[in-house]
Amino acid sequence: MERHLLRITVNGQEHELYINPKTLLVEVIRDHLGLTGTKRGCETVSCGACTMIVEGMSVKGCSVLAMQVDGLKVTTVEGLEDHGKLHPIQKAFIDHGSYQCGFCTSGMLMSSKALLDENPKATIKEIREGLDGNLCRCTGYNSIVRAVDAVCKGQYREDEA
Amino acid sequence: MKYNIINTHTHNIDGVAKVTGRATYTVDVTLPGMLYGKILRSPHPHAKIINIDASKALALSGVKGVVTGKDTLGVKQGIWRRYSELCDEQILPLEKVRYIGEPVAAVAAISEEIAEAALDLIEVEYEVLPAVYDAMEAIKKEAPVVHEGVERNINVTRHIEWGDLEEAFEQSDYIREDWFKCSGQAHMCMETRSAVASYTPEKKLTVWTSTQSPYYMQALLAGVLGMKESDVRVIAHYVGGGFGGKFELDGAQFCASVLSMKLFRPVKIVFTREEDFIASKRRTPMYYYVRTGVKKDGTFMAREARVFTEGGAYTSMGATALYLTGFFHSFPYKWQAYRYDGYRVYTNTLPSTSMRGFGAPQAQFCSETQIDIIAKELGIDRFEIRRMNGHTTNYEVPGQATIASCGLEQCINKIEDWVKSRGKLPANRGIGISCYGFMSGGIFNWFDTPYSFSSAVVTINCDGKVDLHVGCQEIGQGSNTTMAMICAEELGVRVEDIRVHSGDTAECPPDLGAWGSRQTLMAGNATKMAAADAKRQLLEFATAKMSPNIVYDLDIKDRWIHLVARPERGIDYFELVKEALRGKEGQRIMGRGYYTPHRKGMISPAYSYGVQALEIDVDPETGKISLLNCVTAHDCGQPVNPLGVHGQLEGAISMAAGYGFLEDLPMEDGKILNPNLVDYKLIRAPEMPETEVIEIETYEPEGPFGAKEAGEGLTNPTAAALSTALYEALGITVKQLPITPEKVLGALREKAKEA
Repeated sequence: MERHLLRITVNGQEHELYINPKTLLVEVIRDHLGLTGTKRGCETVSCGACTMIVEGMSVKGCSVLAMQVDGLKVTTVEGLEDHGKLHPIQKAFIDHGSYQCGFCTSGMLMSSKALLDENPKATIKEIREGLDGNLCRCTGYNSIVRAVDAVCKGQYREDEA
Repeated sequence: MKYNIINTHTHNIDGVAKVTGRATYTVDVTLPGMLYGKILRSPHPHAKIINIDASKALALSGVKGVVTGKDTLGVKQGIWRRYSELCDEQILPLEKVRYIGEPVAAVAAISEEIAEAALDLIEVEYEVLPAVYDAMEAIKKEAPVVHEGVERNINVTRHIEWGDLEEAFEQSDYIREDWFKCSGQAHMCMETRSAVASYTPEKKLTVWTSTQSPYYMQALLAGVLGMKESDVRVIAHYVGGGFGGKFELDGAQFCASVLSMKLFRPVKIVFTREEDFIASKRRTPMYYYVRTGVKKDGTFMAREARVFTEGGAYTSMGATALYLTGFFHSFPYKWQAYRYDGYRVYTNTLPSTSMRGFGAPQAQFCSETQIDIIAKELGIDRFEIRRMNGHTTNYEVPGQATIASCGLEQCINKIEDWVKSRGKLPANRGIGISCYGFMSGGIFNWFDTPYSFSSAVVTINCDGKVDLHVGCQEIGQGSNTTMAMICAEELGVRVEDIRVHSGDTAECPPDLGAWGSRQTLMAGNATKMAAADAKRQLLEFATAKMSPNIVYDLDIKDRWIHLVARPERGIDYFELVKEALRGKEGQRIMGRGYYTPHRKGMISPAYSYGVQALEIDVDPETGKISLLNCVTAHDCGQPVNPLGVHGQLEGAISMAAGYGFLEDLPMEDGKILNPNLVDYKLIRAPEMPETEVIEIETYEPEGPFGAKEAGEGLTNPTAAALSTALYEALGITVKQLPITPEKVLGALREKAKEA
């Protein structure tokens, strides 16, 4: 079977691996690298559970082949925390009860982080639109919106690195 | 009553695990030597299985095994174990398939891709049979028979009656009858059905699975596999959603187990999203006939409901939904006479079952829509008609239930204030209201468990830290946090002092699990009892040590053991635990608790109540509905964790509003037409309305610290409130769910024609 060399930096760690060129990015992250924090919830790029950040942009890991990110930097949910110190958005999610079953949470966090990085003063409407690609069946979204809004309003400034 | 922990904003204890990706779900489990399984599914809605030839699949490199019904004991299983005729589902059927998507064979291979490829190589010879898809068609004499010997395909009937119905109708000044049709709905758990089964030469089976009830899965698996329950261990530490769809045995659990027993290797099966849509059961669709009689002044006299539910191919939890829709159709009002006749009908479609609200959202949609029309026609205020007929504390639903706590009237008043504060609305806007109520767990034991409904064990270690073992299941609703709070309050320690153990049948006591909004009350009572038992043992030592006058009481609050009358006099909790352990020959202090409802009527030990207002905007050109505001006044007794209650409420609104105007599972000849997340529409963040919750605190004598359910009941009002909002906005009603733009435009055309 055909194998291609993939060089990828995930959460600051460089990896080199030989993969079937048809492998999806989310499959490399979950199945090859064992970073199972990223989830899969559909086969149609609809649910956002596999959202990660590639070079600053939020990307659904099931929508790109791993070879398309060859040489690029990827951040997954495991990369948000720094030596036991939670990222402000993680703290805000805990404080606002922005997760229930937790299965969409990794994707929600990564979409939220990408949104905050791009637009740190997002309005409620912009936050809602920024999360349009992520499904949650438990929370009804509003607690997630409140968490992102709290970070936008600077309520977690002291938690920033 | 002043509590230290109850009713405080408490973060879920699994928060860090869930926001850092550490939480490990069934889909994340990988075991050494693990194989991947895939299920071959029926393309026919109704067909005899003549032959299955797997030889070509077995010849494919990497395939380790194929199983069909012939590799099983052929046990017909179901969750209504007390009634053998309702145990009607062989998960790998031997003789015939009854819906599109039903499993016929399963493959295990060294990779998912190979397993998938092997499915195409299995040759199944079918004899296609005539099929029936609609409940009203299936009850006809000439309809195809789904299960041999079941006359007119009627699977279960349920009857509820009180009062003299004829007389009550005769005394009514106004009688109205309507037909409604309620659609199905997919549970759409973010984590699809999944299982990893590992059978070892010691003849023991361990199954990691996404379930709402590890105990039910343990018992059901033991039954179909011919094993002792205790030789089956079910583990479900993190579950990606349940909503009523994950407490029956499913294809992933069964097929992975059968394959593992044959191959002595761990086997993992994860449903694709499409499989989850077409083969994991759904909310029960219902045809509702409602006839209601009232007095001129608005007094509710008589109600008669006849309901036909689309059962699909098997009984599942649909029998319970049939009963509960009938009971909650009377809710939350006092009827002089009430009669319900429910018929669950087999069809050649995906089986229907329980889903959050358990038949009550359907019941409420039909009831509240009709009540608003009646109020308008009689010229009675819609709040007043609800207030004058609503349940009150100590009301007895004749022969069914006694209501020990009820804050309905306060809820109506609060919502009336809010609606009035909105003033006159712009054109095409309306605020709908709906009352609701729900059970705090069912008193049913069709499962025939010999165990208490809930159990808990509290163990205090030498450093004063506590291990709490519960059988109740965390599925995201926050039950582990709720139990930790109840335990900490009762024992007098802090939430951080407690480690909760759940989701493992080998370590935790049996419990019926997370369904019917039962855990806060039932597992909460068991936990409180276990904590009280442990505390009593500690206080024996404390009393001996402090030797107070025997008329004095001791208590523990926030790790301080003290005289109730003189709280400053006391001992540090941690110090006393150390000494107490020595006094018990080094044994840890253990408290045990259990709960089974007794003498609490037919349905539930307690009932939640509430009223919801939903403000919508309708575009009369397109028929499109937008949700603006949703305010809910809610009586869940004493709230345990306000953060959790609020989360349950907002989540319920998104699911229940979706049921009201977006979500549907249309079929053609038994085939679901939208089995994916592109075509199955759900509410996303931009469509979600602003939400507000008004807590009406009552005290429920049967609940732990006065608490009642706050999970499923919140799903009951929203589709109804959407319907009544449409009536307010445009003066039209749509009697078929979901209320789509096409149906809104159709109703507007009807209205124009009448005018």
